Amino acid sequence: MSSLIFTRIRQGKRTIPFPEVEPALPERFRGIPEIDSSLCVSGCSACAEVCPTDAISHGAAVKLDLGRCLFCPECAIACPQQAIHPGNDYRMAANRREDLILTGAETPKLARRMADELYRVLGRSLKLRQVSAGGCNACEADVNVLNTVVFDLGRFGIQFVASPRHADGLLITGPVTRNMLAALEKTHDAVPDPKVVIAVGACAISGGPFRGHPETVGPADRILPVDLFVPGCPPHPVTILDGLLRLVGRIRDSA
Amino acid sequence: MSSSSPSFHAAEAIPLANVPELRMPEFRDAVVSSVNGGASLSALLGRQRDGRYLELLAVLANAATGRLSIVRTTADGAYPCLTLDCPQAHWFEREIAEQWGAIPEGHPWLKPIRFHALHRNGVVAEAPAPGVTNFFSMRGEEVHEVAVGPVHAGIIEPGHFRFQCHGERVFHLEIALGYQHRGVERALASGPDKRTIHLAETLCGDTTVGHTTAYCEALEALSDTQVPPAGQVLRGVALELERMANHCGDLGALAGDVGYLPSAAYFGRIRGDFLNLTAMLCGSRFGRGMIRPGGVGFGLARDRTAEFLKRLKDAFRDLSDAAVQLWDRPSVQARFEDTGPVSREDCIALGLVGPAARACGIERDVRRDFPSGIFRSVQIPVSKWDSGDVFARAWVRWLEIQRSETFVREQIASLPGGSELERPGPLRPNHLAVAMVEGWRGEICHVAITDSQGSFAHYKVVDPSFHNWMGLALAMRGQQISDFPLCNKSFNLSYCGHDL
Repeated sequence: MSSLIFTRIRQGKRTIPFPEVEPALPERFRGIPEIDSSLCVSGCSACAEVCPTDAISHGAAVKLDLGRCLFCPECAIACPQQAIHPGNDYRMAANRREDLILTGAETPKLARRMADELYRVLGRSLKLRQVSAGGCNACEADVNVLNTVVFDLGRFGIQFVASPRHADGLLITGPVTRNMLAALEKTHDAVPDPKVVIAVGACAISGGPFRGHPETVGPADRILPVDLFVPGCPPHPVTILDGLLRLVGRIRDSA
Repeated sequence: MSSSSPSFHAAEAIPLANVPELRMPEFRDAVVSSVNGGASLSALLGRQRDGRYLELLAVLANAATGRLSIVRTTADGAYPCLTLDCPQAHWFEREIAEQWGAIPEGHPWLKPIRFHALHRNGVVAEAPAPGVTNFFSMRGEEVHEVAVGPVHAGIIEPGHFRFQCHGERVFHLEIALGYQHRGVERALASGPDKRTIHLAETLCGDTTVGHTTAYCEALEALSDTQVPPAGQVLRGVALELERMANHCGDLGALAGDVGYLPSAAYFGRIRGDFLNLTAMLCGSRFGRGMIRPGGVGFGLARDRTAEFLKRLKDAFRDLSDAAVQLWDRPSVQARFEDTGPVSREDCIALGLVGPAARACGIERDVRRDFPSGIFRSVQIPVSKWDSGDVFARAWVRWLEIQRSETFVREQIASLPGGSELERPGPLRPNHLAVAMVEGWRGEICHVAITDSQGSFAHYKVVDPSFHNWMGLALAMRGQQISDFPLCNKSFNLSYCGHDL
């Protein structure tokens, strides 16, 4: 028994002080890509050509759809002008799908607190039911990790629950397969009103690498009204946490 | 084994014309005698040839010789099933029947495994409703059935489980999957193109490094590409970090399922330390962008190795400390021991792979038996335990974590210099390559066949879970239904890797 106490002391307190203190991210972390359209050579579309999900398109300025982006290194490698760099900004959750489409050096319009009426009911205690609908278990794993002592989601009044009947909303991952459509709709129906829907990851937002596959019927906002979109493949846990905290008004401004 | 079939190594390309085309009785004999002689059926696939007839192709892996052999035949309409003579084929034959409509006559439980439309002739037939099939049932007094899923209680992928119970005791568990079927294997076969590597990375997200390594090894074999030494070492490091992270998470989840929360909390946190080491290499906790055809996408500079090793040392110190608490606690061991046992005989008959097989005392590990890349020159000892129960599956994971840590530490300390990537050229037309990787769940097998233009004519993915789901069903026989979460976690199989 005493060894257990010594272990407890050695393991220490490991909860990160987010959101009061900025999180420590890996040096090579790939957040929102930084694109300097002024460096583009006329006629070059190397970045768009290599993009696996057609997240990049060329007009007067480069347009980037964060909802499709896999945050892979391909565009930065392909750009002959080195005009694209993986940025380190992890904050990218938005309330509306169109807020994830960025032109030039634009940054996303970050999510705002849920509507007043919802906030009054759910703001201080948000129970979520997670539904994986064709996800590859990467988004699921980095949602699950919010329950560890590192992120300690419970301290914000947010909790994942076992039954949709105990939940205030759904957190959906995956491109929504045909085979999960009925289960997703039934789970959503079982959540009492008022409720929120959160789409986490490129698949849930746009189909991700599976976009256009006839085996899928998504993305999520084609099936259900979505209140929060969290881009990434998968999103870093702090990106998800940042989005959730914005939704419940614990992080307010976009600065 | 027929003497006419060529034997070759994993990650070696052979001309498709060299694969013998046998008549069905000879094909069956070749597969059955080979498996009876100790080989394992690493893949059995169907593919349509010339838009007309169905070809069956079997990949047999002989651990004793370290070599693979392949035989093929044609099967239209119906054929006598292999499963009765070779139970390892049971799930493969269900897959082939579902994809191509070929009926393995005499198959004891011919039901869909993914609930999708037939692939054949490009005709999209009406797909069956997911999870609707003729489940086994029991009759009798006080017999009852428990149905769970597809949506489960935790943050976990979907699947449907049917338990036939008498009181608390489970007589049989039937597992219906397919909810995660998103057409990823079908899409892979239209490559290689710019999306293919990303499909490989998301075949099974928690095994990104394992599956992407298999994909890249198949591509490199077909294009005669030599991965530079630094690339080989870093691939091995990423693979072992993936193993350590997942095994560590599994030990935490097992502790949680028996209500021992200190270890659940520690392991859950320390898992993240290993994921973050992978992110230190490539920016992604799951190794996205790390494994690329011809090598790795990211190197590790000499001046960063000291920090890498320090972080590895710290994480491993915390892990060892937490592990002592798990193994020294009689209340934990009492719940692990004798729960969910799988016999050695069943394990061999079904062809279980990975830690689940090594926990039944079977010395089976791709890194030793069919090595590729760095494992051709550096051996990691095979970890095994004999009891076949939850304890054995947990203990094998702990043994493997320790050996992976030694490997990663030694490899990073002596990281070779030079380039990490050699860009592959075009693929040889009309060739076949089999890639085998020991992912953290076990044997990953990819089979790539090229057409006359050097694109893929067929691509087959066998995730370790494909072999192992039936192992979980057997482990539950005679157990208390309340032990299902514990047994399930001790296998921790993939839904998306199975459903593809």
